[in-house]
Amino acid sequence: MSLKTDSKLEKILRAGHLAVTSECGPPRGTDLSKVEEKANLIKDCVDAINVTDNQTSVTRMCSLAACIKIKLMGLDPVLQMVTRDRNRIAMQSDILGAAGFGINNMLCLSGDHQSFGDCATGQNVHDLDSMQLVQTVRHMRDEGKFLGGGDIAGPPKIFVGAAANPFADPFEVRVPRLAKKIAAGAEFIQTQCIYNVEKFEKWIGLANDRGLTEKVFILAGVTPMKSAGMAKYMKNRVPGMDVPDEIIKRLSDQPKEKQAEEGIKICIETMQRLKEVKGVAGFHVMAIEWEEIVPELVKGAGLYPRPEV
Amino acid sequence: MIVASPKPIEEVINTVKDCKKLLILGCNECVTVCEAGGKKEVGILASALRMYFAKQGQQILIEERTLERQCDHEYLEEIRDIADTYDAILSLACGVGVQFTAEKYLSTVVLPGVNTCFLGATEERGLWTERCQACGSCVLASTGGICPVSRCAKRVLNGPCGGSTKGKCEISKEVDCAWQLIVDRLTALGKMDEYEQIAPLKDWSTDRAGGPRKVAKEDVQS
Repeated sequence: MSLKTDSKLEKILRAGHLAVTSECGPPRGTDLSKVEEKANLIKDCVDAINVTDNQTSVTRMCSLAACIKIKLMGLDPVLQMVTRDRNRIAMQSDILGAAGFGINNMLCLSGDHQSFGDCATGQNVHDLDSMQLVQTVRHMRDEGKFLGGGDIAGPPKIFVGAAANPFADPFEVRVPRLAKKIAAGAEFIQTQCIYNVEKFEKWIGLANDRGLTEKVFILAGVTPMKSAGMAKYMKNRVPGMDVPDEIIKRLSDQPKEKQAEEGIKICIETMQRLKEVKGVAGFHVMAIEWEEIVPELVKGAGLYPRPEV
Repeated sequence: MIVASPKPIEEVINTVKDCKKLLILGCNECVTVCEAGGKKEVGILASALRMYFAKQGQQILIEERTLERQCDHEYLEEIRDIADTYDAILSLACGVGVQFTAEKYLSTVVLPGVNTCFLGATEERGLWTERCQACGSCVLASTGGICPVSRCAKRVLNGPCGGSTKGKCEISKEVDCAWQLIVDRLTALGKMDEYEQIAPLKDWSTDRAGGPRKVAKEDVQS
């Protein structure tokens, strides 16, 4: 087992354990204690904590600052970075800043379009795309060079991740696209939230057939539904989300006060089923503004306690 | 061609309201094709303004002229004798024409009458859509002849992103996902093996990022 970084997530995955990650959204303000509170709710049942980067294009405290806070708590943050808001100078600079504070993981994303957020009239950057950002981090780490060719004094030792959405269209490029991300240098993948388990299994099966799951660690993304309303919203309004009607039915069949419980049940069932699927290396539990439920999900899926590495 | 659309009449009125004598100057090229600033639109705008100012009881002489092109010295010279007799020239050409006219006639105010929108094509009568952002370094050879720089909302060079749904872009169900079109075209051409080649970091120095651009063809320069 040869480790490329000091990442706890990398250690867990390379040791062959099913990894568990979760996420924290930074506050819409300056209060870092909110980050601390959220991290404390989940820290014992996850191996690393993603920090979102102005998700859905709504302006928030920067991911890097919140990651530093989490790092200073002795935890392993995953810096999410979108290519929407920064050019290649800013991204390389933030990567160095992150590594300087011992942040060992990054998730490279393109980011939701700014029209979804609170600055719809703003410019977007997209100097690089997410795949090229993966290449950039690997280049900086492995070659010890800037994109401009200069030497980096102390290259950033960062474990590099990317996202995959098996449910976006066209489906036939979703596995080739995964292959491209791996070729670009992605070492772990966190997927879009899985509700259509069969479609996910088809996707990962095709990835297995191409030997891709031997080259990358795939963390299956799950998000518990709080209500039938949330499920409908995700189905109809969130781009690239596949929520089958039977999920909505299961939730709607419950009285309102029991829907969250049913959502937790569905989420745990999904994890239990996917644990057995070849190519699944762990789970990324995204409990949006519902962090306190993460321990119950992880325990319910039989993934607690977390291994010591 | 360059596609433009007329500015709202209220905005035009506000910019010309202090004039006593106004020339509305059309252009016979792109803006004629996209029906924003040709001879016909010059006439319509002139009538609308005359009616508005007559109703206000305001005296304003509005004259009409349409040149072959406003982005060429030769044609712009045609108004040399009259340009400075107006308080303002309201150009219905693209931003290039407005500026070239202003550069030539320094003592006359030159105002824009259209918004210059993009480089595009006539999809059908009355509908123009974007095809090019003039990035200065064409990638169409590797994207099945469909441009991700101008047609993907995130100008993703290795797409599609995770927001592509049923052939449409995450920003609107009205907008085609450029990468769906690229994949369909590469598939039809039997070239999907090319899809897996990673597009390298783009050199944006030939784009707006590199500052004002210039093309020089020395063999034809005098």
